[in-house]
Amino acid sequence: MYIIDEEGFHSILRILRELGYTTIGPKVHNGAIVYDEIAGINDLPRGWIDEQGPGSYSLNQNDGQSMFGYVVGPHSWKKFLFPPRKQLFSVTRHQPDFGFSDSPDPVAPVPKYAFVGVRACELQAIAIQDRVFCSNGFIDSTYSSLRSDAFILAVNCTRAGGNCFCVSMNTGPKVGAGFDIALTEITADGEFRFVLEVGSKKGETILGQIPHNPARAEDVARAEAAVRSAAEHMGKALDTTNIKQLLYDNSEHPVWDDVAKRCLSCANCTMVCPTCFCSTVEDTTDLTGDHAERSRRWDSCFTVDFAKVAGGNFRSSTKSRYRQWMTHKLASWIDQFGTSGCVGCGRCITWCPVGIDITEEVRAIRGKSEHLPVQSGSSE
Amino acid sequence: MQTEDLGQLLRQHPFVADLSDQHLHVLAGCASNVRYAEGSYLIHEGEVADKFILLRSGRVALEIDMNERGSLRIQTAGPGEVLGWSWLISPFRWHFNGCAVTDVRAIALDGKCLRTKCENDHDFGYEMLKRLSHVMERRLEATRLQLLDVYGSNSGVHT
Amino acid sequence: MESRTAEIQRTVVDPMVPRPVSIRKIIWETDDTFTIFLDLDGTVASFKPGQFNMVFVPGVGESAISISSDPLKPRTIAHTIHRVGIVTTALAQKKRGDIVGVRGPYGSSWPVEVARSKDVCIVVGGIGLAPLRPLLFSLFHRRAEFGRIVLLYGARSPLDLLYRVELEEWADRYSVEVLVTVDRGDSSWKGHIGVVTNLFTYVKLDARDTIAYVCGPETMMKFTLDELDRRGVPAEQTYLSMERNMKCAVGFCGHCQYGPYFICKDGPVFVLPQVRHLLEKKEL
Repeated sequence: MYIIDEEGFHSILRILRELGYTTIGPKVHNGAIVYDEIAGINDLPRGWIDEQGPGSYSLNQNDGQSMFGYVVGPHSWKKFLFPPRKQLFSVTRHQPDFGFSDSPDPVAPVPKYAFVGVRACELQAIAIQDRVFCSNGFIDSTYSSLRSDAFILAVNCTRAGGNCFCVSMNTGPKVGAGFDIALTEITADGEFRFVLEVGSKKGETILGQIPHNPARAEDVARAEAAVRSAAEHMGKALDTTNIKQLLYDNSEHPVWDDVAKRCLSCANCTMVCPTCFCSTVEDTTDLTGDHAERSRRWDSCFTVDFAKVAGGNFRSSTKSRYRQWMTHKLASWIDQFGTSGCVGCGRCITWCPVGIDITEEVRAIRGKSEHLPVQSGSSE
Repeated sequence: MQTEDLGQLLRQHPFVADLSDQHLHVLAGCASNVRYAEGSYLIHEGEVADKFILLRSGRVALEIDMNERGSLRIQTAGPGEVLGWSWLISPFRWHFNGCAVTDVRAIALDGKCLRTKCENDHDFGYEMLKRLSHVMERRLEATRLQLLDVYGSNSGVHT
Repeated sequence: MESRTAEIQRTVVDPMVPRPVSIRKIIWETDDTFTIFLDLDGTVASFKPGQFNMVFVPGVGESAISISSDPLKPRTIAHTIHRVGIVTTALAQKKRGDIVGVRGPYGSSWPVEVARSKDVCIVVGGIGLAPLRPLLFSLFHRRAEFGRIVLLYGARSPLDLLYRVELEEWADRYSVEVLVTVDRGDSSWKGHIGVVTNLFTYVKLDARDTIAYVCGPETMMKFTLDELDRRGVPAEQTYLSMERNMKCAVGFCGHCQYGPYFICKDGPVFVLPQVRHLLEKKEL
């Protein structure tokens, strides 16, 4: 473990930029913490604290100088690794030529990202999407190349948000494996310092180029205490005991009817969720019809047409679509990818316009978990 | 044909499965061995329902006359199946035509004869009703499924 | 004969990029169903019965379509298509020599080896016969290794029947017991009229030794599975093909999920025990 100061942190960012990385980090924009390109530590939201609850988010500045006092906002790193819009290919028709020319293709320049301020829950979310796009039979080449080039500068949370439940999902607040450098922000000798942990060769190389010292025992203790404090003050909790079977066995639970009365099917939750990966394709042509393009864009299982086929629509009710989302996130995902799809970041709770809380819905299913009596009365 | 031979023929038909010998004998008393040529009509819509037909071979189509559309064939019945239950249900009239699509061999049971025997021997009547209601249930279920029009222009696989 | 060149420029090398293929011919089977034959030229990708391709019309879109030709003749593949949406309508208007895009083959397939020394019972409805045609060809190539082949085929009306000439040929040349029924007949139709499950009345199956393959609209499959169960065909010997909305066919877009399964990868062919509990649920 090492300790660096603000200057050191700023240098890390400078070095990353010199190495050609596009440094992306948290910034304040339109009253929320978003992820965008940052030039240095001065772009970071110093002294900003967020208050999050079901369906509510507010951001305020205090006198403090903490660079990472807030938790997560509506953006997640999937915005960069799994872009909301991406061209897959274009097709050009040549007349009256015969035959095919399969010309070598210019691969569009792919940016090298350095993600600054990745939280534990987000690190796990990236690992989860790695499994979806790289380890599930086929490989999404864009995701794969962006991902292998990405530098991850993670941050251990020292404050829990109002909707956070990473402890329940076993994803934080301390970052797990997969980072290049991890920082914990502490005050030492009245100044802001960062206890630094190296996670990879890339990280080690960067560290070697900035002034740093070995962390003192009391620095490490202060860092651990801060992270422990975050763990002890989680805003929410979700009991994951046997959750897969619980959801599989309760597809007709009254909870689904109840939530369907509130859910607007607006798809906000899927947009902000760092692991949701559904997409659709769009085809466009120019007016001559000689040039066509196919692109991929984010989609959501909440959209009315998501499960539509030529013969009809398999999920025409809001109830069925909400049930699909939650069952997938907490249960089917485990069968598909070996882990839960939820990292406990709480974004879906914050950004739901009617404040639906996934932890409450699970609680409701557990609370009234006996099977419903079969409807009696024949329709004949 | 002798009643005993008819009894043997009847035994082969699935409708009488598990019917006691005694009741089978009662049934045979109303039975006769019949043939219908291809294209001929076994029953006519609106006429008195005077027989119950157990099909042994061939195929019969149930037809409904629609003035504007001609005859519509809605179901067929084949070997091992039966035709008609209106002989047991007032007002004892057929609701459709039955046309022999191929040559048909069957056992025809006289409707009035059967009805009388059901009235006189309720045990026998119950055995008939049990089997008939099973036939009706299957026919109703099949008709409902046909109504669903599952292969309609809005359905398909991998389109 | 006119053909056009399509140059596909890829921005990234990606499983989402189709390869261009040329249309050899189009045959209309009924007034809303046609079979399109594609020339794969040198790019022979063999496929297994039950698999599907994503067929792409530039500027219009892609459609997941079962392959309906003989797996041992992969140079020209056929797709029998129901014209029902914008992509299939665009395909219906194509001509010999036109270029379309193809990705695939994808998905799980009808198992053939399990049927060796057993009887085969194929129950299909509507266009569900198309994905079973490759299975039938596979069985015909080694006919002696299999027992009875029973084909129960239900369609909407006599005009909607597919492959009518072939059905007779299969009956004659390969001893297939073909029973056909329609939901509504006319006075010229001398065959069965009624639901496809009623055809079971006329065949005696040796249920324990029968492998069943079922394909058609989901409702039809459900009542067929009930009937197979009633007749004692074991669930482990029953295979079916499921359908859901597909956008990518490679497990990325999330659309085709059915319970925990991705129909594009874990299916479309399933053995019944895999999905039985899901079939009972509504709006899954």
